[in-house]
Amino acid sequence: NNDVRSEQEVVDVGADEILVQVRVLIGSLNSIFKRLFDWQLSGPDYKSTKGMSSPSTQFVTSRRMGVYEPLHQIGMWEDPFKGLTSQHGIAATTIVEVDGLDKPDYTSNESVGPSKNDQEASIPNEKVQRRLAQNREAARKSRLRKKAYVQQLETSRLKLTQLEQELQRARQQGLFIGSSALDSSHMGSSASLNSDLAGITAFEMKYGHWVEEQHKQNGELRNALQVHITDIELRILVDHGLKHYHDLFNMKADAAKADVFYLMSGMWRTSAERFFLWIGGFRPSELLNVLMPQLEPLTDQQLLDVCNLRLSSQQAEDALTQGMDKLQQSLAQSVATDSGNYGSQMAAAMEKLEALEGFVNQADHLRQQTLQQMSRILTTRQAARGLLALGEYFHRLRALSSLWAARPCEPA
Amino acid sequence: MAWGGYCAMQARRNVEERSTTDPIERVARLASESAVVIFSISTCCMCHAVKRLFCGMGVNPTVHELDQDPRGGKDIERALMRLLGNSSAVPVVFIGGKLIGAMDRVMASHINGTLVPLLKEAGALWL
Repeated sequence: NNDVRSEQEVVDVGADEILVQVRVLIGSLNSIFKRLFDWQLSGPDYKSTKGMSSPSTQFVTSRRMGVYEPLHQIGMWEDPFKGLTSQHGIAATTIVEVDGLDKPDYTSNESVGPSKNDQEASIPNEKVQRRLAQNREAARKSRLRKKAYVQQLETSRLKLTQLEQELQRARQQGLFIGSSALDSSHMGSSASLNSDLAGITAFEMKYGHWVEEQHKQNGELRNALQVHITDIELRILVDHGLKHYHDLFNMKADAAKADVFYLMSGMWRTSAERFFLWIGGFRPSELLNVLMPQLEPLTDQQLLDVCNLRLSSQQAEDALTQGMDKLQQSLAQSVATDSGNYGSQMAAAMEKLEALEGFVNQADHLRQQTLQQMSRILTTRQAARGLLALGEYFHRLRALSSLWAARPCEPA
Repeated sequence: MAWGGYCAMQARRNVEERSTTDPIERVARLASESAVVIFSISTCCMCHAVKRLFCGMGVNPTVHELDQDPRGGKDIERALMRLLGNSSAVPVVFIGGKLIGAMDRVMASHINGTLVPLLKEAGALWL
């Protein structure tokens, strides 16, 4: 059974996963550097843009790369230099006015636009000069920003390489990742961030497999309900399906330890599913509403039991929601008032945040209990139909999300 | 002579009650005093959730805020942690003097339909 592993094996696997992630990050940084330096060779001056359409520049797909470079610089480097963005924006607008200039021999003289090419002679020289000056200024600022960005990347790359070395050492010494062996003493340290990253990456992978397996099980249930199989065989499928949800909740518990905010954000789910998000997952009472019509006919006793279940799950949800509201209030209060002691104020706020994991666990526990109670109330055949209905519901939500993402954009 | 005997008995009982400093015994005594007893900490949000759960059902629980008990609150907290083996001592719920458990047990029991009968049996619910 996969659950039974030696401690060392778990550490090794964890360390391996982290090392992989670190190396992938270093690799990405290296390719970013390469692209940046290729870009630099071609230069941001407007004399020649031949190098711009080369495949090495993957930031832009537009053929008008040469003209639009400064724009993309804004996009890339907005964060480190927020103050410059607005100024740059003005210059950018100037550049945006340039239209349809795919010519590789674009020179700054043509910055006034294609429609005005014919009338070049009639344009007052000052306007052209002003535009040129603005473009030069924009280019200068963009070079500065690029320099700062590159410096940032360099530092990150160094840090990552150091981290890689530390991890190798720690792994050899058989130490746990995220222990005192690595520097996890302050908030946001790269060590704990990377172990969280590894945990979340592992979760995303496992969840991807979970969804595939879910799809497979749905197919099996569908077939089984169409042909006439025995209740015993159907029971096996139902238990299999329930266990599959149980596995999901176990996965989520591990992910909550790594990054509870990630779990609560629902980013691991599709957009339509996220719309229904309640404390990191579906609402049990909503689920019952989805299932009920699919399960008829129910006996009177079953109807009563299901109604009671719906009521008790609603009450439990309300209780947890109120607990979460109190947590929000309490956290807001502790962050809002300036106690004058930043350190202890933050420490108190951190303690409050730790309660979040508990709520996510209780919410998943509630989901688990609701599913189990349903399986107790229903006959095997009804439970099979219920699981299938549930699986198809989520499948359709995911499909809806894809359709929504791919919908044609309205013309501007 | 009978009076003297009575006074002595009373005095002895008083001493016995005062000498119950064992936190577990205190817990048991407090738990048997009301139909629904919740051990809580005033700043704990999960405790708030369990209180809201019972109030939402029309039950009026007796709540002991351990952080507001200067005498033995800390001792009870430690005892509850040992008793339940949880990383957090609270919330802990007793119904009719019997230990139900922490939040997860309370929720599980509500979902599987055993909570309401327990509450009715303890006289906390009448409908």
